Amino acid sequence: MTKNLSWRGAIGGALILIAFLYLVPSLSKELPPWWKGIFPRDKIHLGLDLQGGMHLVLEVDAEKAVESSLERIIEELRHDFRKKKIRYLELKRRGAEGIQVTLIREESASDLKDLIDRNYPDFEIKRGPKVENGVAFLLDLSPKARNHIMKMASDQALETIRNRVDQFGVSEPDIRPQENHRILIQLPGIQDPKRAIELIGKTALLEFKLLDEENSLEDALKGNIPPGDEILKQVTVDPQTGIKKEVPYLLKRRTLLTGEYLTDARVQIDSQYNEPYVSIAFDARGAKLFERITGEHIGKRLAIVLDNHVYSAPVIRDKISGGRAQITGNFTMEEARDLAIVLRAGALPAPVKILEERTVGPSLGKDSIQKGLKSMVIGGAAVVLFMVLYYGLSGLVADMALFLNILFIMAGLAFFGATLTLPGIAGIILTIGMAVDANVLIFERIREELRLGKPPRAAIDAGYAKALVTILDANVTTFIAALVLFQFGTGPVRGFAVTLSIGIVASFVTAVFMTRIVFDYFFTVKRQTKLSI
Amino acid sequence: MEFIKPGINIDFIGKRKIALCFSLTLIFLTVILLIWRQGPNYGVDFTGGVLIQVKLAEKESPADIRKALEPIQLQDSIIQEFGERGHAEYLIRVRKTDIELSGLDEKVKKALEDHFGKEADIRRVEMVGPKVGKDLRQKALFAIFYSILFIAIYISGRFEHQWLMSIIMAISLAIVVYVASGFGVSVTWLILLALLVTLGLCWFLRLKYALGAIIALIHDVTITVGAFAITDREISLSIIAAFLTIVGYSLNDTIVVFDRIRENLGRYRRRSFEEIMNSSINETLSRTILTSSTTLVVVIALFILGGGVIHDFAFALLVGIVIGTYSSIFVASPILLVWQGRFSESSKIKKGLVRTGR
Repeated sequence: MTKNLSWRGAIGGALILIAFLYLVPSLSKELPPWWKGIFPRDKIHLGLDLQGGMHLVLEVDAEKAVESSLERIIEELRHDFRKKKIRYLELKRRGAEGIQVTLIREESASDLKDLIDRNYPDFEIKRGPKVENGVAFLLDLSPKARNHIMKMASDQALETIRNRVDQFGVSEPDIRPQENHRILIQLPGIQDPKRAIELIGKTALLEFKLLDEENSLEDALKGNIPPGDEILKQVTVDPQTGIKKEVPYLLKRRTLLTGEYLTDARVQIDSQYNEPYVSIAFDARGAKLFERITGEHIGKRLAIVLDNHVYSAPVIRDKISGGRAQITGNFTMEEARDLAIVLRAGALPAPVKILEERTVGPSLGKDSIQKGLKSMVIGGAAVVLFMVLYYGLSGLVADMALFLNILFIMAGLAFFGATLTLPGIAGIILTIGMAVDANVLIFERIREELRLGKPPRAAIDAGYAKALVTILDANVTTFIAALVLFQFGTGPVRGFAVTLSIGIVASFVTAVFMTRIVFDYFFTVKRQTKLSI
Repeated sequence: MEFIKPGINIDFIGKRKIALCFSLTLIFLTVILLIWRQGPNYGVDFTGGVLIQVKLAEKESPADIRKALEPIQLQDSIIQEFGERGHAEYLIRVRKTDIELSGLDEKVKKALEDHFGKEADIRRVEMVGPKVGKDLRQKALFAIFYSILFIAIYISGRFEHQWLMSIIMAISLAIVVYVASGFGVSVTWLILLALLVTLGLCWFLRLKYALGAIIALIHDVTITVGAFAITDREISLSIIAAFLTIVGYSLNDTIVVFDRIRENLGRYRRRSFEEIMNSSINETLSRTILTSSTTLVVVIALFILGGGVIHDFAFALLVGIVIGTYSSIFVASPILLVWQGRFSESSKIKKGLVRTGR
């Protein structure tokens, strides 16, 4: 029995030591260098509600990705039709379902079928509705291909957003995919939520388009937009007065070049006006394209369009080789920097929508921690006092268990890399109240046994044995509730479930195992004969 | 020190009719209140919308704040004072979900600063789109439902060694839920249906301990929801966490009493079921009171000192612990008794025969 006890004592001591090791990183400001190789380094993560920050759930509009993918295929089809001499009346997209082709002659039908079967296996070809002077066919995008496009879009959006956030410089961002093309983003300690949202949510599709200088802008503004043209606006804000000004442009709809060939984008300062601008660089292919475009359109105006807003529309003076260009547009330093970030990180494959946004100011987080700790200390002290008054020295043993319990929960949080949230603190406080329950159950049983006239040693044994079943049953049911909560919960609820689960396990270990060591020590080794309970 | 002297024997079971009336009244009131209010008062987590916590330089009346929000068409939002006395903190809730959510906090800040001419500090913003709100509500309801189901399985298995029965129950329930969801029943009704079926199955399969425990915890959660409705508090995500904690706590309490009943049933074969229950409750009374008080002490500390954000959470725990303690004594055990009365007629007669035989 004594030998058994020393083993248990050793295990207990080891548990406490390990718990301390896991807590050191959270408690000390700086770790000595020799610590890092061997010992745990992770601090307890604080939830956004405790340190301030931003929580976002975005939805990738994956349908849009399918649509733009169909648009691209239509362009390819046009090219193929020209090559195969298939003459058509109309080639248009039907929502996100597929494409409708209207051929001029029935004879081309077999050529079309041939082409689709050979080069476009993702489509199924069907007869379309009857049309005058033509034959209509429907090309349906297969569900498999559709899902693939949507999945690619969300994956790529996740990657792009991750890149942007990394470059924005947030210390411990957490970005992860969720079901239904959603993305969860947590940015602790962010100071300017609005700027962060703009940076993350920007589609950042960069396009170069020619101005239509043959047709009149006035006519177009009245509603007479020439076919193949569109009106886009340039928005400028006067830095002195803050007044917004919108300048419309009539542009050719066709995109000559997009941002996909970008290799770099950085902020530079215009020495003449002391204004920041963004300088971009193309890769070899982009540079060649840019050179050709500028060479073919000397004297014309080329608009730089980002997310359907014109940034600038300079006149091409000469063929530009070397693959460099500038985007100017009355930027502040911050705006220019953010624009460079989104251009470097690439465009989102589809627009995103904010489904959920939670921001907690850092001052509120600090308040919450302070108040949580204060109520923990006061509530805990009351319980500690209460136990000693009620159970005497045994109450002190229960208090020791309580203290160890809190230690183990904190260490457990560090060990699992779990996040401590405000409801989590509440969970710990609740565990403090409930942790004594196991000891109360045991002590009440011991008292009963003593009343039956058993000596302390036997009463302790019987008390522990009888209470154990009840404690197990009671804890397992709470544990089940905590696990379900963890499975279904999100954010703060999850944090609460984690602390509750760790708390249940910890309280079982401390109340049943640790206290027993103390009792056995006094009544087996020290051969105490009186029990203060 | 002792609160409860050993050998005490209060007739708890004899007061079960009074307790029944009391519980039924509370539940009835809750149901009426919920019907009248058209369901629980869900917060923006579940309905979608915006919640903005703002700290002003000076105290302002909600009417003034509403007036300040008029220029940005938010004059019909709910304004609530928040936090401790003497702090000019307010919650602004916007129930609309059709407005442009992003950038709303900036607009509110500007509107307040323009109107009052002093700085306004936005301390917390929660914006939830309608889609997410629905998802979150579903998840929360499922969390409550599944925890009850798993707990029922565990209790039946442990207390009556009816693992097979409890598994049959789980499977039948899964079938019912599957079929019902095929008919496009809304989640709230689906869960109510599932709960009813769970109770029915417990009854039919004679899983009496599970039945007692489940009724007790539904009782506790319902009354806590009622307390929320009557004090006009909102049910947010963290309140759901509190409800599940109440589920856990209520069970904890109930199981300690049930354990004792089971133990005593084996020990005193002669005594009537009613007597055994009473003595079991009395024997565990000391523990029940002690644990409830220590838990209450810390929860009260949290309630008073924990600050505004955690206030409702602590309130739920406070109500839940009081009700949970009451229900493990006055609700869960009497259900066992009712059961015994209905189904054990034959065993009683047998016992009677043995007695007269002596």
